[in-house]
Amino acid sequence: MGYDTIVVGAGHNGLVCAAVLAKAGQKVLVVEASDRLGGAAGTREFAPGFKVSGCAHLLHLMPQTLIDELGLSAKGFALARSAMPTTALSEDGPLAIGRDSHASLAHRSAPDAEAFPAFADALDRFGRTLFPIFGAPPPRLGTTEWEDRLAMLRLGWNVRRLGRKDMREFLRIVGMNVYDLLEDNFESPLLKGALGFDAVLGTNFGPRSPGTVLTLLYRLAAQSGASGGLAQPKGGMGGLSEALAAAARAAGAEIRTGAPVARILMENDRAQGVVLESGERIVAKAVASSADPRTTFLKLLGTEHLDTGFVRKVFHLRSRGLAAKLHLALDALPEFTGLDAASLGGRLILAPSLDYLERAYNHSKYKEFSEAPALEITVPTVNDPTLAPDGKHVLSAIVQYAPYELAQGWDAGRQRLADIAIGLIELHAPGLRERIVASELLTPLDIEREYGIAGGHWHHGELAFDQFYMVRPVPGAAQYRTPVDGLYLCGAGSHPGGGVMGAAGRNAARQMLKQAA
Amino acid sequence: MAKAYDAIVIGAGHNGLVTACYLARAGLSVLVVERNPYVGGAAVSRSLYPNFTYSNCSYVCSLLRPEIMRTLELPKHGLQIIPYEGGVTFMRGGGHLASYDNHDALRREISRHSKRDAEAYDRFSRDVMRQCKFIKPLLMREPPDPTSFKPRDIMELVYLGQRFWQLGEERMYDTIRFWTMSAADFLEEYFESEIVKAHFAGSSIIGTALGPRSPGTAYVLLHHYMGDVDGTVGAWGFARGGMGSITKALASSLQASGGEIRVDAGVHRILVRNGRTVGVALASGEVIRTGAVISNMDVKRTFLETMDEQDLPGDFVRAVRNFKIRGSSGKLNIALDGLPSFPSLPDGAPSIRGDMHITDTVEMMERAYDDWKDGFWSRTPYVDMLIPSQIDPTMVPEGKHYMSVFVQYCPYRLANGDWDEDKKKAFGNTVIDAIAEHSPDFKKLILHAEIRTPHDIEREVGLTEGNIFQGELTMDQLLFNRPVPGFAQYRGPVRGVYMCGSSTHPGGGVMGAPGANAARAVLRDLKKAA
Repeated sequence: MGYDTIVVGAGHNGLVCAAVLAKAGQKVLVVEASDRLGGAAGTREFAPGFKVSGCAHLLHLMPQTLIDELGLSAKGFALARSAMPTTALSEDGPLAIGRDSHASLAHRSAPDAEAFPAFADALDRFGRTLFPIFGAPPPRLGTTEWEDRLAMLRLGWNVRRLGRKDMREFLRIVGMNVYDLLEDNFESPLLKGALGFDAVLGTNFGPRSPGTVLTLLYRLAAQSGASGGLAQPKGGMGGLSEALAAAARAAGAEIRTGAPVARILMENDRAQGVVLESGERIVAKAVASSADPRTTFLKLLGTEHLDTGFVRKVFHLRSRGLAAKLHLALDALPEFTGLDAASLGGRLILAPSLDYLERAYNHSKYKEFSEAPALEITVPTVNDPTLAPDGKHVLSAIVQYAPYELAQGWDAGRQRLADIAIGLIELHAPGLRERIVASELLTPLDIEREYGIAGGHWHHGELAFDQFYMVRPVPGAAQYRTPVDGLYLCGAGSHPGGGVMGAAGRNAARQMLKQAA
Repeated sequence: MAKAYDAIVIGAGHNGLVTACYLARAGLSVLVVERNPYVGGAAVSRSLYPNFTYSNCSYVCSLLRPEIMRTLELPKHGLQIIPYEGGVTFMRGGGHLASYDNHDALRREISRHSKRDAEAYDRFSRDVMRQCKFIKPLLMREPPDPTSFKPRDIMELVYLGQRFWQLGEERMYDTIRFWTMSAADFLEEYFESEIVKAHFAGSSIIGTALGPRSPGTAYVLLHHYMGDVDGTVGAWGFARGGMGSITKALASSLQASGGEIRVDAGVHRILVRNGRTVGVALASGEVIRTGAVISNMDVKRTFLETMDEQDLPGDFVRAVRNFKIRGSSGKLNIALDGLPSFPSLPDGAPSIRGDMHITDTVEMMERAYDDWKDGFWSRTPYVDMLIPSQIDPTMVPEGKHYMSVFVQYCPYRLANGDWDEDKKKAFGNTVIDAIAEHSPDFKKLILHAEIRTPHDIEREVGLTEGNIFQGELTMDQLLFNRPVPGFAQYRGPVRGVYMCGSSTHPGGGVMGAPGANAARAVLRDLKKAA
């Protein structure tokens, strides 16, 4: 007796997809290669007793409607902290950034403090304009289907509803680089650096790269559907994944860990299940892969089932990660100069200017890591002491840029980049080094090995105009369907992409249900 | 009381002259006023060393729209375009990739470097040409305002949407990639050989403040493929007698239709009364009356320097200030005592008659861009050099040669203080040294070299920051965003003030399309008013 659907991968998107399908009455099996749940949205114990979110360490993109739909709160999901403040670190003291930090901004630059609220409001409006497209499969390019055409018109209408002035501004800045946008609006290098950081976080771009306003709006769009601002789930990101798994199981889905898929079972020209590496065959009416598109098509499916044009497109997907993750186990709370306790529980950004960011990016173009990388730092144990032994702490930092392909090789480079990053943090947190009891740096190469994401890119594929919306990941597979009957994509490689959002998993499940109906 | 004109065009660059020609042909009385003592703007032939003619600004011709050439009868007025067949990219340490107009010839040459790339070249050129064919009809159209409810704008939007949608999924995907990708990523999808990628990447950075890895540069590459010479898409040629021949022919065509041109007549102010223009005041104080002023100057110079801020809406002024127009290119014009030798080329190779490049990897170009970002000229610049005197001997004394050297990147503002003679010389030497690496006798053949930084280009031609396109060709400054959202239809915010320069759609290059489109806008408004 087979399953209705087999979901490949128990990352958050796979689990969301499974939960939605199971709730709709499907018989679902999730197969996960590793022994743990959550994939890159998991909590890892990197030193005895010290736990940390392995990749993304902040939850701010998952739509509240999804959390409600799956009843995650009843399954043990809770936030250790929400509405976390953002602070930009600099040699001459920290700068709080946000709508309620007028005084802090005014201290640096009065005009910036004046300009900030209107700027933030405008970007939020633009973000909200984009948000509706996150909740449905993208229309197909060149389609003659009315439903798809209507979706296009709706998007057009949303933009139009902004009003003439906003619409013009939106259409202008959406293709722009964040460097120019910020230069046009602000004067404080520290503020511009921190705002620019959000635009390039997790991407293959520097602030001067056109398209970085899109990535920023994209982040704000997703954020507009979440309710808690920047948040930290209890128990780390794994807490969320556990809740998702519980929701899926409660709806009847089975989850098998330690069950790596060798290949997708093709019979009679359609996907009929999976073959595990153990040789076990599991049959299903449909397969939904939350693995990245490259892994799904080139490794699990095999190019012999696809036409060459499609294979070429998948092959050319840009999916090389540029962000590394630094984890420090500390025997005491780090002390950041000039930072109060509340801010230490928030998000700290080290990107003191746009030029600093751009220079950090320069290195990555030549297969080098940044000599002076940009960092996003959290100390999750401030909000959630369960992540470390009593009195001990964990520091988690995204280190950018660290290209997947490093000229000197990561075996040689890993420790050196970790040292650089620790040295940078120590400039703002004197005495940090003495408190370190254990550390690890996950490079994109490690992320690839650890989580099975080809290229180690958090979004499974660059967020750029040519890999966005109707063409994400590639035409022919942008509606979660693939050229192979019975095979679907439900991971971050699909619209609307990664970050711990879950929208791809939900959209894919809905698309599958529609097809099955 | 001085004579009043139906229309006054400010600036006798090629676009200004094209506009004037069309207006004069429609029966309007037209005056073109030019600040310099000669016509041409950036399309000029100048004698800066005895008996040598330099195309000292723009240096090749391809983008000039054939319909403009025909309508304005430019060949009759003396314009002759001589196509050249190709060129070469030199490799460090010897070796080269020659390029040819002829597809098969280039394919054979590429296969010398990589068999796989030779095959990919078929796909590449097919895809590029397909995109050119898609975009070309848009060049001569006024971009619609997507925020407008006017039937004309809506119809135009529907037209564009339909054209795009009819391409079908595959071609639409190509279009999206072309408009948004970086040239490096784009070329990476076709080619494996460094020299082949570098060869094609060159045209993606010319004149722009972007590197080959910046998204959007694939479009710039395309922009340079958009021309025709003798019906060959993407081919390039020289104007006989230098680039000034183009503007001279335009001027002659204009005068034949009754238009007038006044040189040494810089405009001090565009005069506005009761919300509409009434004429221009020259630097000399003289006032000339007209109901329509069409500015060939870039959008910053037109509105920020030649108009009163109080005559303009505040939002508009802010938008013009934020318009990105960056100096990123330099130029050397060199008089040579003889033809320099390039030992890596076989004797008598035709490549030397075309454009020659000395940047052999995309990374080198990207690093050149990094220098620019830091406020320095590129230590290893991208160089596009031509010796047109081989094809057009009228430019030089017998046996001598003229070399045009276009250099990317050179900043308008240096990080280490203002430009001065020493720095300018150092910049020139960087370029000359780079060329000499491939031509051992080059240095001793130099009789005279004119070195032009973005500063010089700004000062002489009047292009803000010396930007050759009158504004960056980035997504936020193309189509209905060019130059400023809401004002992309050649009309300024004051009645009777128009724009016809490269700041407007479809942008720069010696194309003439903005000029022709602007003339159409003026004529339509006049017809409506009548």
